[in-house]
Amino acid sequence: MSKTIYILFISFLQIGLFSIGGGYAIIPLIQEQVVNSYNWLTLQEYTDIITISQMTPGPLVVNTASFVGIRLAGIPGAIAATLGSILSGFIISIFLYKFFMKHKDIDSISNILKGLRSSSVGLIASAASTIILIAFFGTASIGVKGFSINITAIILFVISLFLLRKYKLNPILIMIFTGVIGLFFY
Amino acid sequence: MIKNLKIYFSLFKITFYISAFTFGGGYIVIPMMRKYFVNDLKLISEQELLDMAAIAQSTPGAIAVNIAVLVGYRISGITGSVITCIGTVLPPLLILSIISFFYKAFRDNRVISAILKGMEAGVAATIVDLIIDMGQGLLKEKNWLLTLMAPIAFIASFIFNINVLVIIISCSILCFAQTYIKSRQGGR
Repeated sequence: MSKTIYILFISFLQIGLFSIGGGYAIIPLIQEQVVNSYNWLTLQEYTDIITISQMTPGPLVVNTASFVGIRLAGIPGAIAATLGSILSGFIISIFLYKFFMKHKDIDSISNILKGLRSSSVGLIASAASTIILIAFFGTASIGVKGFSINITAIILFVISLFLLRKYKLNPILIMIFTGVIGLFFY
Repeated sequence: MIKNLKIYFSLFKITFYISAFTFGGGYIVIPMMRKYFVNDLKLISEQELLDMAAIAQSTPGAIAVNIAVLVGYRISGITGSVITCIGTVLPPLLILSIISFFYKAFRDNRVISAILKGMEAGVAATIVDLIIDMGQGLLKEKNWLLTLMAPIAFIASFIFNINVLVIIISCSILCFAQTYIKSRQGGR
């Protein structure tokens, strides 16, 4: 039992350490550990957990860790796996933050932070484009034949964006609003 | 002491609340954090939040967790970061633990699918709203490299599917080199 918990922790520590940038890029990385190396889940179960992860709040890696952990070793397993998945991010992000704050008077270092901020705008825009493609056309790749245009989603998007820009509405209210509309229209 | 406890409690409450609504990827937490910590409580500035987002993105692990950790750290040190981290991890941990017992029924539930389908448009709008604000900030930047970095990163990531780590490292080297060369020229 305690050995399983230890292996869960170490395995998700590795996943956490190598999952940079987040999003869909880390799906094969988790699959490698959870399905191929340890046989903790079948491929079908793993596909299910990806689906469920998109249906529940929270990061994919934390969701997978909780799910695998609880199935293998109950609540302690879920906690160990989740802790492993976030530990490296916790330590490294604070370390990097302290580094940039300590040296913010050195131009070449503060310029790196400014550059990271600019590139993060681009990377966020890239993630947003994928979400827009999925919401409007039901596909994540451009130029696939047989896609359909979702008019409801486009109208909902325009209304939401208007409410956000004009009235600075709380994003959480937007989530609740679009969720309720979805319930009635889909 | 009481004041500290009050801040700890609100750190936990807000991150827990935000995490419970984090659908559609980690970036959605940036506008939510902005709403609570920058606009309402005024505990951090918008610039600081964007710095934290950039660092969180350049660090391994989930972006939503990393941002929460940094916000907590900035407001209340290590204790704060542990609190915001727990606040962020707890909702998915609890929800997934419960769902793991009947995940097949959950996966096939039409009502939940419909709500989520609706939310996709909300997620898209919220992130686009953030990008407009961030983009306006970039256009005011007088450094051409910094302004160009955003569209270059976008094209590299979205069109060419280049690994995020490669983009982040190249960007860091370029920005470091730019100021280094400038300072050398200035020194002559």
